[in-house]
Amino acid sequence: MGSARLYLAVAARGFRRYASYRAATAAGVFTNTVFGLILVYTYLALWDERPDLGGYDQAQAVTYVWLGQCLFAALALQGGGVEFELMERIRTGEIAVDLYRPADLQLWWLASDLGRAAFQLLGRGVVPFLVGGVFFPTALPSRFDAWAWFAVALALAALVSFGIRYLVALSVFWLLDGTGVNQAMMICGVFFSGMVLPLNAFPGGFGDVARALPWAAQLQVPADVLMGETGVAGACAFQAMWAVVLLAAGRLVQSAATRRVVVQGG
Amino acid sequence: MLEGLRAYRMIAGMWVRAGMTYRVSFVVTLFGNLVMTGMDFAGILLMFSQVDSLAGWSLPEVAFLYGASVTSFGLAHLAAGSMPHLGRRIRDGSFDVLLVRPVPVLAQVGGDQFSLRRLGRFVQGGAVLGWSLVAADIDWTVAKVLLVPLMVVSGAAIFVAVFVAGAAFQIYAQDAAEVQNAFTYGGTTMLQYPPSVFGKDLVRGVTFVLPLAFVNWVPAAHVLGRPYPLALPGWTAFASPLVAAGCCALAGLAWRTGLRSYRSVGS
Repeated sequence: MGSARLYLAVAARGFRRYASYRAATAAGVFTNTVFGLILVYTYLALWDERPDLGGYDQAQAVTYVWLGQCLFAALALQGGGVEFELMERIRTGEIAVDLYRPADLQLWWLASDLGRAAFQLLGRGVVPFLVGGVFFPTALPSRFDAWAWFAVALALAALVSFGIRYLVALSVFWLLDGTGVNQAMMICGVFFSGMVLPLNAFPGGFGDVARALPWAAQLQVPADVLMGETGVAGACAFQAMWAVVLLAAGRLVQSAATRRVVVQGG
Repeated sequence: MLEGLRAYRMIAGMWVRAGMTYRVSFVVTLFGNLVMTGMDFAGILLMFSQVDSLAGWSLPEVAFLYGASVTSFGLAHLAAGSMPHLGRRIRDGSFDVLLVRPVPVLAQVGGDQFSLRRLGRFVQGGAVLGWSLVAADIDWTVAKVLLVPLMVVSGAAIFVAVFVAGAAFQIYAQDAAEVQNAFTYGGTTMLQYPPSVFGKDLVRGVTFVLPLAFVNWVPAAHVLGRPYPLALPGWTAFASPLVAAGCCALAGLAWRTGLRSYRSVGS
């Protein structure tokens, strides 16, 4: 039980750390709102031409946009969670200190990232979502259980999101410089999580592939769960499957990395 | 002014040489930039795989808007893309170092961390623009041929003004540096779509308050033979250089005001 308290404390520190940058948070809220506004208008035009594109009606497309802006920072869809710090610590060799701690490396960073995600959901995500809900017609459920399942889907999405970014960060043990992988992660993250266009609206076989990738578990699945576009059990099982696979892979890579680790530094 | 440009060239040149030390990394990240900025266009292509037109505009016409917006922004980003990092320098106090050097501060801030990697965006936008000029059904005249490069250069100047104004804003705002992303990245994203997509008030805002419409929307109306946004008169298609000059003057003023009121964090 002692270790659970430790990770809870790490998560709480992650939350408070991000909460201390108030001006940056306000700036992020503003920027997400502006991007939401731009995207909403393009989606409205698109759904005007094809009223049932991807199985969504216009109100659902609008909801999807604001949900994307709401989750963009919390799920670090284009990167930018704690993994940048982890990469930097691997690069400089400070990771040796982390390995020396009587705590599990993966759980430590997971706890820290979940704390960050929780703050960014509340601090950065809620306001753009409310703005969208007030000024545009949205398709939000009134039933309590839809919101409860949405919360479950969000928690699983946070695990998947961390799983991807943790793997990317660990690659720095071998690559030493994270610029390239960060870029690749950003490209895949934005495109395959459905920030550009809902994955439901991707055509043909390409769409099928995109909807099976782990990034789909981050935005598309929670959105569909919230709007009742998918069976909740299957959706959450899909997310849980990716979460388990990614976290297990992270654990494997971690043990390989720490066994061969040559700490950088002078 | 000339002294500033010379200093800018020297600082930028130094960073280019520094960047070229890691050749593979340079090539990889240049390619990465090309792909990354191309994602927006992939999104547009995906949209057009489902529809034939967006708010009455065909794919080549939207590609023209996209290409013009991205090449202009790409040039501006190449020249002034380091300015968003000013907030960090102000926060950690290293901005003070720039102030004591006998070189114009704006040149130092602009040239700081200059990187040819950013050419990726410009190249990618240019490729789309080039394709659209061939694919779109344009009734070419001499005026139109001249207007295209004029539009790109003026658009770049307008975006540079936005970057400089954003840098001035950071002297006050520091942590809130991300606000300017809404106007720079948000601006170039918005301009990729036809004006008829957006609400009237939004179009009014980016025409009369922050005149981003002159980057491509207004000149494009002339080139593509489409109705002008907000029913502006025909001569406005050629007004972009004037608008750009005005924006740069205002941004310069904002920068000076910001610089004069700067107070060091003292660390």
